Amino acid sequence: MLSRTADHLFWMSRYIERAENLARLLDVTWQMSLVPQSLDAANQNWNAIIALNSLEVAYAKKYSEITAENVLRFMVSDADNFASIHSCLRMARENAHAVRGTITTEMWETLNSTWLEAREKSFEQLLNAGIGEFFEWVKMRSSLSRGTTLGTLLQDKAYHFIRLGTLLERADNTARILDVKYHVLRPQGDEGATDFYQWGALLRSVSAFEVYRKVYRDAITPERVAELLILRDDMPRSLHFCMNGVVKNLDLIANSHSGETQRQAGLLHAKLHYARVEDILEQGLHEWLTDFMDHIYMLGDGISKDFLAPMAEAA
Amino acid sequence: MNFYNEMMDANDGVRAHYQGYDQWLKATPAERIARKRAEADLAFHRVGITFAVYGEEAGKERLIPFDIIPRIIPSAEWLALQAGLRQRVTALNMFLHDIYHDQEILKAGKIPAEQILNNAQYRPIMRGVDVPGGVYAHIAGVDIVRAGAGEFYVLEDNLRVPSGVSYMLEDRKMMMRLFPELFAKHKVAPVQHYPDMLLEKLRAVAPQGVSNPTVVVMTPGAYNSAYFEHTFLAQQMGVELVEGRDLFVKDEVVYMQTTQGPQRVDVIYRRIDDDYMDPRVFRAESTLGVPGILKAYQAGNVTLANAIGTGVADDKSIYPYVPEMIRFYLGEEPKLNNVPTYMCRKPDDLKYVLDHLPELVVKEVHGAGGYGMLVGPASTKEQIEHFRQLLIAKPEGYIAQPTLALSNCPTFVEEGIAPRHLDLRPFVLSSGKCVNMVPGGLTRVALTEGSLVVNSSQGGGTKDTWVLED
Repeated sequence: MLSRTADHLFWMSRYIERAENLARLLDVTWQMSLVPQSLDAANQNWNAIIALNSLEVAYAKKYSEITAENVLRFMVSDADNFASIHSCLRMARENAHAVRGTITTEMWETLNSTWLEAREKSFEQLLNAGIGEFFEWVKMRSSLSRGTTLGTLLQDKAYHFIRLGTLLERADNTARILDVKYHVLRPQGDEGATDFYQWGALLRSVSAFEVYRKVYRDAITPERVAELLILRDDMPRSLHFCMNGVVKNLDLIANSHSGETQRQAGLLHAKLHYARVEDILEQGLHEWLTDFMDHIYMLGDGISKDFLAPMAEAA
Repeated sequence: MNFYNEMMDANDGVRAHYQGYDQWLKATPAERIARKRAEADLAFHRVGITFAVYGEEAGKERLIPFDIIPRIIPSAEWLALQAGLRQRVTALNMFLHDIYHDQEILKAGKIPAEQILNNAQYRPIMRGVDVPGGVYAHIAGVDIVRAGAGEFYVLEDNLRVPSGVSYMLEDRKMMMRLFPELFAKHKVAPVQHYPDMLLEKLRAVAPQGVSNPTVVVMTPGAYNSAYFEHTFLAQQMGVELVEGRDLFVKDEVVYMQTTQGPQRVDVIYRRIDDDYMDPRVFRAESTLGVPGILKAYQAGNVTLANAIGTGVADDKSIYPYVPEMIRFYLGEEPKLNNVPTYMCRKPDDLKYVLDHLPELVVKEVHGAGGYGMLVGPASTKEQIEHFRQLLIAKPEGYIAQPTLALSNCPTFVEEGIAPRHLDLRPFVLSSGKCVNMVPGGLTRVALTEGSLVVNSSQGGGTKDTWVLED
């Protein structure tokens, strides 16, 4: 397969996954903000979203203060913000357009109509209709595109690059959500009603609330949440699950110079496979997650160098 | 003016080859047809069979209107047309080989040498280059119209990157899906094997010694007006769709960059103009092409289809000489008519044209897509005066032709079924001695009443084209 084609497929799936995860993150923050809390605490949550995406400068150019509405507007429908849901859906569509002969008609139609519908929605409309509904819509469209991929695409290299993009992006995003929210929640630690709602919202944001109940049949504790989202290999949004898929798909596309990238992926995978949550928490969850995200970034870089970016062997 | 009607004869009787269709049309309730038309619109939209329009917002795509009344050609007419097309494209390929080699036709004085050698589309870099099979125009789209009492005329030869074959195929698919019963009753010659035929031709012109050539389709990119067609053809042939940035040249060999490393490319069906192919040879600022690809081409390590420099033969100022080429190279009389053409570079012709502007069609020599032309009878005084100034300023840039009484065909329009003018673009494939085409082509129809311009850029539509087998 052409490197450029692989690149478009990889980024097409990353952008759609990113839009979904952004919707999840904004949704949980939105829901948490509905529970009574101090104005400071609320602003801190919204601020974290901007900081998380390193968008402080771009944000400051447009808005003088952090408010729920400003952050939502900036992250949901601002076409100038390349990291907004709007931009992610546009880029997912553009990447799909560039390879529409490689993906199936159903996949193309799904991404194309997602973008066309998203373009029609104004932020004011979204606010009035309840922004939560929009987040649900984004998640459903992402599920739909994953479903059409699974249901229609030949499982050749194109498929492996798409899965690789999806899982790498998801690993990064689950780590981010956990890092941001765990931080906010941890210090309070008193198992009051507020805390319960906050943890519940976090779990729901990664579709893990029911899973948690099923797995632990017990009260929600920060340790178990961390364990679920990091180490459970049967939980589709956990880091371990994602890395299983990354390693597997990487093996299926391997070429003569991708050995080092495969080794790095294997190492990161082993870390999850053999880890204990107690050790991770003892090391400090934030430190551990930061390290993990650094490795994910390096992995993306390695994939890009080995497979996607032309190697400039031109005469 | 009297127009030849494809379906009805002069006494309003239905022509023999349209009788089956006419009976079906009369027996089919209007609501059913309306429903099918809406279904077709929806399907074309959903699949995204669109084209981008130059000069409009980037990325904006338009649907080409599809008409469900087919254009039907009886077997005997098609065979005559096919023989004429073979003859014409064979001669054009011989002409291209000649002017890049011995230039016999120029020496014989059949065409003024400066017409060719000073032509902007003539590529001196191709002098003495031997291309596989001597084929220059591997894919030719020859625009045919029917005029007068029904004679066929060649309107122009498109030898560079003719578009539209995807519509020919999609229109057929749509008709078969909407009206299977029509195909059960009529023996419509199939066209769906076009991509196979194209792939076979492209493989046949691979560089010498390559037994299992890697063929690719090369596109300028997703914002090109024919991008849908490029993806469609690559997909149908099962080959890679590449852009210039996917290719590189090393030691005069072309490679594409794949996830498994560089892979050699042998045949490139390029849908990109000469000017943009190699920034080292043509436009330096072009980012669409591949640096060094012309050297690889000259060395015979890669085949470009169509060849570099074919534009000199489809130029509107060369068109009047095609019948002469046929006589010169084949020793035959042309089977297809040329439209009488006034060459404004000749003072006598220019004088005639200036005196008769309201009756003539004036075209830019290098124009395409229905831009830069004057349709005299349909123009305002201001437009005619504007062209008069253009002609006086740069006579060599224009040709003029009498306004043809183009044939028309019943077509669904807002007010119901009404006659609209149409043309036909068969796609003629050449590889060495063998010239083939699938029976039919793209029929384009002008949707505006009285309009003679069928280009999709100008709001034209398309129809399925049926060649009936006996």
